[in-house]
Amino acid sequence: MSKVKKKVKTIKIDLDKCNGCRACEVICSAFHANPKYSSNNPARSRIRLIREPIRDVYLPVYAGEYTPAECMGRDQYVMDGKEYEECAFCRASCPSRDAFKEPDSSLPLKCDMCEDDPPQEKPLCVQWCLNDALTYEEREEEVEEGVEIEDVEAGLSSMVDKYGLQAVVDTVNRLTNKG
Amino acid sequence: MRYAETGFNLEVDLSRGNIERVATDPKLTEQHLGGLGTNSKVLWDRVPADVEPFSAENLLIFGTGLLGGTPAPGANRTIITSYSPQTLLMGYSMMGGFLAPELKYAGYDKVIFRGKSPDLVYVWIHNDKVEIRDASHLRGKGAVETQEIIRRELKEPNAQVAAIGLAGENRVYTASIEQGRSSASRLGLGAVMGDKGIKAIAVRGTKDINLARPAEFLELCNEVLKYIKYRNENPVPNVMTILQGLGSPQEMLHTDEKWHTENFMWGNSRTRRKDFWNDEIERKWKDTQLNVRKRLISCYNCPIKCGAIISVPGISTFMMKCFSKLTYTMAAFVDDLDFGFRIAQRATEYGVDGFSTPQIMAFAFELKDAGILTDADFEGCPSDNEGKFYWLLDRIVRREGIGDILANGTYWAAQQIGKGAEAFAHNNIKKHEQLPLKLGMLNPVYFLMYATGEKVNITQIEGQFPQSPFMTMEEREEFVRDWHQVPDEKFKQIVLDWELRGERSNPYYPTVDMSVDIVDWQEMMHYIDDALGVCAGLSSFPLKPPYHIHNYPHFISSGAGIDMDEEGLKQIYRRNRSLLRAVNVRRGLRRADEKPPEDHWKKRFPELEQQLLDAYYKFRGWNNDGIPTKESLQELDLAYVAEDLEKRGIIKNEQG
Repeated sequence: MSKVKKKVKTIKIDLDKCNGCRACEVICSAFHANPKYSSNNPARSRIRLIREPIRDVYLPVYAGEYTPAECMGRDQYVMDGKEYEECAFCRASCPSRDAFKEPDSSLPLKCDMCEDDPPQEKPLCVQWCLNDALTYEEREEEVEEGVEIEDVEAGLSSMVDKYGLQAVVDTVNRLTNKG
Repeated sequence: MRYAETGFNLEVDLSRGNIERVATDPKLTEQHLGGLGTNSKVLWDRVPADVEPFSAENLLIFGTGLLGGTPAPGANRTIITSYSPQTLLMGYSMMGGFLAPELKYAGYDKVIFRGKSPDLVYVWIHNDKVEIRDASHLRGKGAVETQEIIRRELKEPNAQVAAIGLAGENRVYTASIEQGRSSASRLGLGAVMGDKGIKAIAVRGTKDINLARPAEFLELCNEVLKYIKYRNENPVPNVMTILQGLGSPQEMLHTDEKWHTENFMWGNSRTRRKDFWNDEIERKWKDTQLNVRKRLISCYNCPIKCGAIISVPGISTFMMKCFSKLTYTMAAFVDDLDFGFRIAQRATEYGVDGFSTPQIMAFAFELKDAGILTDADFEGCPSDNEGKFYWLLDRIVRREGIGDILANGTYWAAQQIGKGAEAFAHNNIKKHEQLPLKLGMLNPVYFLMYATGEKVNITQIEGQFPQSPFMTMEEREEFVRDWHQVPDEKFKQIVLDWELRGERSNPYYPTVDMSVDIVDWQEMMHYIDDALGVCAGLSSFPLKPPYHIHNYPHFISSGAGIDMDEEGLKQIYRRNRSLLRAVNVRRGLRRADEKPPEDHWKKRFPELEQQLLDAYYKFRGWNNDGIPTKESLQELDLAYVAEDLEKRGIIKNEQG
């Protein structure tokens, strides 16, 4: 595969600046509602704040790729005297936890940096984070050209993992006939 | 489809263990919005006027506001309503935090408790699944501790929990309901919760809240955020530090307490220590605060950091906000702020109001010094200022010995103790302890707000109108220049004309009519905030806030899909205001009760004060005794209220 230059969109997360308000979750779920902003529901958000005030744990984490299987990661990290689960830092929509799945269908969620037409200046979570715990940065990287798994395919794969291929095929057939 | 609200209340009958999800009438939203408005309506409709606060018939209502849980910044308030054991009137105490939005996501606008549970329980609300669960293992547990235990045992780290501590279980009249960094502290609603046998309510919701005209609503939200940012970068000049910004006073951020410690009263709200603050104290207090403060934190969907995580070595972590770091410290005459944080930790776990409770203790020690309470009442009490406050706090929340009497607050304790103790309960309005503030010259606006406020609790800095005149004309002009929040341009002129001395100064300026207009504006914003569930810290409380009468109607129209303009919103405010008044009038509230503490100001003007009350009542459409007239109620679509008051003989026929 050939190497290409790609603009990489990144979000810098400063845990010390997080005030725990979850505005990022509010606006993320509103932006991704259909029609846009028509509803909001943090349980659908593609960013989650892991928030345990008594232990002073404030950790915003973004949704990444869907994975059908749990990994081995169950280690504990201790930073500044605060303990974090290894999972806390993981972006995967994974069977080991509820995060990053649609609450009604369990379909996986994934941060898309608020792709929009016309494009947003910054992802909405960054725009709504007035305390600058989240800041937007763009940088150029050389990456190998590859085919990204499309949303529909990612969703279907997760349904197949959950219900089996035949059940999904049958459902698609039934829906096709209904339509 | 219902927009902004869910359209359902959760009705929980604790006596029978019955739980119902009940659809609400959308007309009530159009009439009262939600939150405090519909809470008042439920209380009026369903709880007879003669019901005792500690009675199965009394309701305890956890209400969300109409905008609660929508993307509107700061729309996170839980409005808790019941009859108060302290005042015997309607008590409404509110808290920010995370509970109300979670309740909305679970699919409910309110949780309404009735009856009493025979055993201590907690209620677990997880979307459509609602359970009343045994809480016997939580008896006596701290209010903060309880929240953690419940989240652990439910294996729901994202559940939001509101809990009472030992004080609520023992029906201490100053018992609070605690939730994270927030608490509904005033008027003893934690005692009502304890009386009903509810240790806690835990909520987890994963449903959507819908908006009627989403793009328009989001645009309004973005404007509010933009203005918050602007205000954070541009503090209001020429006023003292705590008045410059948004939110509640930034007591967790600021460490300079010269103003509070030298201007507020120490002990039982009596002693001013004008030379308290010095370099050494400043250094020590700053060190103490910065050492225990782990992080500045916010409520749901709000960028303002009014609270803090407080970790004092050797005791469990808790959260704090506003002025409570000083209330115990100053009431106990302790010069070390470390004590303030330590005792507040214990008090928060016990779940008591940080305003009333320290005053009750200072009141008790004053009675002891005066010989009204005796050494026998304080057997085993240490003699040092810190030790004796810890000792008495433990007695009060356990209702042991003298603590049992004091647990009813200064008013009722004084009645019970007798021997002249009443004179020592001097800082109350309508039987409820107030901020330990004693001032010189009567301020007509604050006189009215203290006297007539149905919340029975205000602070001297509350409101969008400056609390004192600016020194120079340049300062006044600067202040009014970008003051777009005013409902009417006439308010700018009042600020321009208001002088520190001379003819146009307190108490006769602002004039009686101007004062009534200013109070009407401040009350209007409070009533709208409390019905929408938006934090006062972004609206009715500070100078130049992001929410105001000009943008609120658009939030309601585009959010809830209810066509609203300024006049329509004002009418709802007037309706909610008079309905709440009617609830209290039905329980006996009259003009004679409407007075600030006798010693709140040194210079009082009895004649002017009566004129102010007369004018205020008249403006509201109430009679001279503070009772809404039949006509005014009819104009507000509250004819059924007038009818009821007439039947009871409270509204006389000849009034017409």
